[in-house]
Amino acid sequence: MADPAFPMSGSFQEFPAAGPQLAAPIERRPSPLAHSQQASWPDELFRYAMWACAAFVLVILALIVYELVVNSRLSWNAFGLKFFAGQEWDPVQDHFGALPFIYGTLVSSLLALLIAVPLSLGTAVFLTEMCPVWLRGPLSFFTELLAAIPSVIYGLWAVFVLVPILRMYIQPVLAKTLGWTGLFEGPPFGIGMLAAGVVLAIMIIPVISSLAREVVSAVPSHQREGVLALGSTRWEMIRLGVLRNARTGIVGAIILGLGRALGETMAVTMVIGNRPEIARSLFAPGYTMASVIANEFSEATGDLYTSALIEIGLALFLVTIVVNAFAQLLVWSVTKGQPARGHA
Amino acid sequence: MPDPVPNLGPNLVMGTPNSGQMLSVSLGRRITDRVMTLLSVLAMVMVIVPLFAIFGYLVYKGIGSLDLNLLIKMPRPVGETGGGMANAIAGSALILGIASLLGVPVGIGAGIYLAEYGRGGRFGSVVRFTSDVLNGVPSIVIGIVAYAIVVIRQKHFSALAGGVALAIMMIPTITRTTEEMLLLVPAQIREAAFGLGISQWRTTLSITLRTALSGVITGVMLAFARVAGETAPLLFTTLGNQYWSLNLNEPTAALPLQIFTYANSPFDEWHRQAWAGALVLIVMIVLSVSAVRVAVSRGNLRGAR
Repeated sequence: MADPAFPMSGSFQEFPAAGPQLAAPIERRPSPLAHSQQASWPDELFRYAMWACAAFVLVILALIVYELVVNSRLSWNAFGLKFFAGQEWDPVQDHFGALPFIYGTLVSSLLALLIAVPLSLGTAVFLTEMCPVWLRGPLSFFTELLAAIPSVIYGLWAVFVLVPILRMYIQPVLAKTLGWTGLFEGPPFGIGMLAAGVVLAIMIIPVISSLAREVVSAVPSHQREGVLALGSTRWEMIRLGVLRNARTGIVGAIILGLGRALGETMAVTMVIGNRPEIARSLFAPGYTMASVIANEFSEATGDLYTSALIEIGLALFLVTIVVNAFAQLLVWSVTKGQPARGHA
Repeated sequence: MPDPVPNLGPNLVMGTPNSGQMLSVSLGRRITDRVMTLLSVLAMVMVIVPLFAIFGYLVYKGIGSLDLNLLIKMPRPVGETGGGMANAIAGSALILGIASLLGVPVGIGAGIYLAEYGRGGRFGSVVRFTSDVLNGVPSIVIGIVAYAIVVIRQKHFSALAGGVALAIMMIPTITRTTEEMLLLVPAQIREAAFGLGISQWRTTLSITLRTALSGVITGVMLAFARVAGETAPLLFTTLGNQYWSLNLNEPTAALPLQIFTYANSPFDEWHRQAWAGALVLIVMIVLSVSAVRVAVSRGNLRGAR
């Protein structure tokens, strides 16, 4: 659960006590001015209005849960838990099983992590530990800029640029060299699980690397100096003094990236091929939970069909909530501003 | 945070070959060091390259197909060249307007509550945690919820439903940035206001909020930029429309939706327009964000800082 001493990000630590310090004496001390000791009615009104706004945030979450649960009732009653194990997705016969979508979401997200994690960590380490100061600002800005591009534009780029490159250059090479694993079999369409993984990786790199950078810069300088003083090389300093101290937060950053990848919709929908099948090869088309909702929701005929799609939405919601909450806690535990643990 | 280590690095650690021998760092360790440095640089390059590839290609394709028609003409039927996305641009503006109208006051209000009243309290922590969690909810799920709340009740797709979906996405971001910005305002400023006998609500609105205004507005713009390109929550709330409609109760075209539809179509003419639309979308986002930044950094919006 939330820590009551909720940490703001590092730089805001200077005035954390502003509110209470301020509010307490004002209420207790009788004012020498015309104001009465009790808050006047506009103050009360204002306070309640602001309270209502804050409460609205809770209402939104409750509303999300309520609407998802109520509207997926039909499908839950019809299929129960088997919904998540069924492989058949047949709207005509009203048979719905979500396994191919769960599989697609997991595989595309893990593939994305596999590509994105080393690159993001390398970027974070480069920007905090090695980069000349004059280059640091522009480079961080550009990495962050990647996060501002809308998903649909990533999709557009992937369809017309990335997919042809994969089809013509990368997939034939992969099939030739790693085809024996069974992961890179079949005709190279370009479109498919691999393309989805690559786009997702590009999209989550800014998320992971900016958080990892925050975590890495939270490691106190004397940790680095200590390791350097023992005669380490720079890499040893980074590995022992920085990465080891920041690992909890780095894991948090990675999981937060995972949460983003799980829920990503448009770009994936445009390149994954949208076929509800479980195939071993990464060249084969797949389908994810988010993209089946995107593609079929507005055309879903029949209450059970809509309800099944909403149940997929509910599952996606629950998974991302758990993943995100876990990641937030990990990141906070490092960036809270407390000194990192001094031992390995 | 000033960090002396990277500056020390080149002299102390990497050094010249001589100094390396002096410190008697073994060859293996030196090679590992060099290799890992190289790998980090490589990672940075591999992250930057796709960025330039995307932006470069977007500008290249977008400029090539951008013309005035795109901005002022309506979509033409398949097969005819020309035509534009005027209805989608207007529709996007309408939907974003609704979203801002609904989301910005609530978000700022919640932020004010958290910063001014909710410090250290249990309710405040719960709200804070909830808004962080809401930030991570996939946009497609928000779309379903807006569908359930608005579309099912109204029994038709509408611009309003899309606005509600985007507003829900804006609120948590605005809440958290507003809170952080208000906390940056020194307590003395509030005390000075109280000392003059100004009531608390006036102090909060006219002194504290005003002092932090540029930061708050930046947060609002970030939220705005984030939802401006959202497509997933609009798919089954505003639905899209090939005709002109600024009616809140009718399906409405939106720029990201139009890009999605055109990109998935088999027609070259529509692909061309999708690229141009994408460029317009990016430019709109960047322009609106920087316009407000400029307005904030000068003139009377600046506040007491």
